[in-house]
Amino acid sequence: MTARQKLGWVIASVAFLLVGVPLLISATGRTDLYYTLTTVALLSIISGGVWLTFYIGRINIGQGAFALIGGYVSAILVTQYGVSFWLTLPLAGLFCAVVSIVIGLPILRLRGVYFAMVTLTMTEVARLSAFALPITNGAKGIVNIPLPGAVTLFGVTIIPDFATLTNPRLAFYITSVVMMVVCFAFLYRLVHSRVGKICQSLQQNEELASSIGVNITYMRILAFAVSSFLGGIGGAMFAAIAQSMYPSSFGVQDSVNFMLNCFLGGLGYVLGPMLGTFVLYFGWDLLFKTGDFQLLIYSSILIVLMLVLPNGLLSIRLPVQKRASL
Amino acid sequence: MKDILEISNLTKRFGGLVANNNISFAVKEREILSVIGPNGAGKSTLFKLIASFLHPTSGEVRFRGQRISGLAPHKVARMGVVRTFQETTIFKSMTVRENIVIAHHLRSRASLAGFFLGTSTAQQDEEEFARSADEIIDFLGLGAYRHEMASNLPHGHLRALGIAIGLATNPQVLLLDEPFAGMNQEETKRAIEIVRGVRDRGITVLLVEHDMPAVMNISDRIVVLNFGEKIAEGTPKEIQENPKVIEAYLGVEDTAIGI
Repeated sequence: MTARQKLGWVIASVAFLLVGVPLLISATGRTDLYYTLTTVALLSIISGGVWLTFYIGRINIGQGAFALIGGYVSAILVTQYGVSFWLTLPLAGLFCAVVSIVIGLPILRLRGVYFAMVTLTMTEVARLSAFALPITNGAKGIVNIPLPGAVTLFGVTIIPDFATLTNPRLAFYITSVVMMVVCFAFLYRLVHSRVGKICQSLQQNEELASSIGVNITYMRILAFAVSSFLGGIGGAMFAAIAQSMYPSSFGVQDSVNFMLNCFLGGLGYVLGPMLGTFVLYFGWDLLFKTGDFQLLIYSSILIVLMLVLPNGLLSIRLPVQKRASL
Repeated sequence: MKDILEISNLTKRFGGLVANNNISFAVKEREILSVIGPNGAGKSTLFKLIASFLHPTSGEVRFRGQRISGLAPHKVARMGVVRTFQETTIFKSMTVRENIVIAHHLRSRASLAGFFLGTSTAQQDEEEFARSADEIIDFLGLGAYRHEMASNLPHGHLRALGIAIGLATNPQVLLLDEPFAGMNQEETKRAIEIVRGVRDRGITVLLVEHDMPAVMNISDRIVVLNFGEKIAEGTPKEIQENPKVIEAYLGVEDTAIGI
């Protein structure tokens, strides 16, 4: 594909997501899909962060912690300090990035299963802290978070007050899709610039990367901070949509799912976490009718998929393309 | 010729084990100096100390008069002292050319943000790296494997790629860890030519090697280690005739028990 064709595809897909999907939904009357698709968009942002830590060769099962922290930062700022939600969104991300730098400095020295274990613990630590800290209001959580307010610039309303909208679900959907597109455009550019190659060099051989002059400590921290930033803004959006935040909002199960999304979509592809999230989320929902067997069937399918497609769904090449390349 | 590296009173202990004991020698600019010694003599430790992958217990390494011991390895690499590895350490899932292009990292003038945004400095860097990578590929005779996955390279060419990665960093001193290990005679001959070529580019070469004929052939000077201590230093001829070296390699008659 040439660059022009690629751009065409991107514009078409974004237009479909922003215009086509809402039209289809209003035609079919399935407004519940807004919530589902919004969730998928946000989960894929959070998973995109996990994917980036995979890209520097770290298995990250701690993203739930950052989603939780991000959600709480936004919830607390909005409810207790009256800060505009739209300001808390980047602040939640930045707060998570700072936390990840402090935690990352010692733990990013670990590799493989050791890093994975520490990050897994991190998720649990975040949950227990949310229970224990006074500011998070313990198990009662933070409820009745107001919907995002209006943003005006020079008297012009850029974003309307969500509470005044007849369909805030659509507004959340559009916001989340825009965020997802920006996030993956960012990741795409990152990976396809030299920065991505440097991340890859870390993944493949840290010692050699260091000897060709890569500041590996800095790169690891940078990738981890970006990852946590994405986790934080994802969590903050969830808090705004649910209008509530509990210690159980994000747990180990979610951390594991974020990682699975990346595995399933493909660790070598930027769009992997997006596709993985979509398939996993809808797959789970589709199996709902199987009742008690839901988890069993779901996990069996996952195991088979990982055995058959170790490089993820995106590693499937259509036969047409294959012939063309021969 | 000026000294480019000075190793003075370098000692490294791992707990009770003394891997390097009070080693001192100097490396002259643009020479090929080999460090040899029986297994476990402390050669690899010495290399790691010089490239600052390990920090000495005492003593120091100076590069052009400046202390480099204790700095992070990427800073030492940035100053011009670059190490290649004993095992065939390369970026396995990149092509040969990608390996060499990425290894130009040190030469980049654009910042990470610059590369991300694709500024003109970054674009100039990329062009420069691509050009230089092709030149290095030709220099090392890797042209046929340019777009081959690095993990698919035959053994001899893997070493060449290791050296290519080293060269791409534009080093002043290149530390080669066993560049001839596991090579047949033909490959060794070619590798010797390559190392000479590297020196002719104005790079000082320091190498650790077991292949004695190759070492004697290529080295300007040789430093011999045994049990973590320097036992000899000199030209290949001097080393070959040095009784201490012969003793270290062949053992000596033990007069006490009259063998």
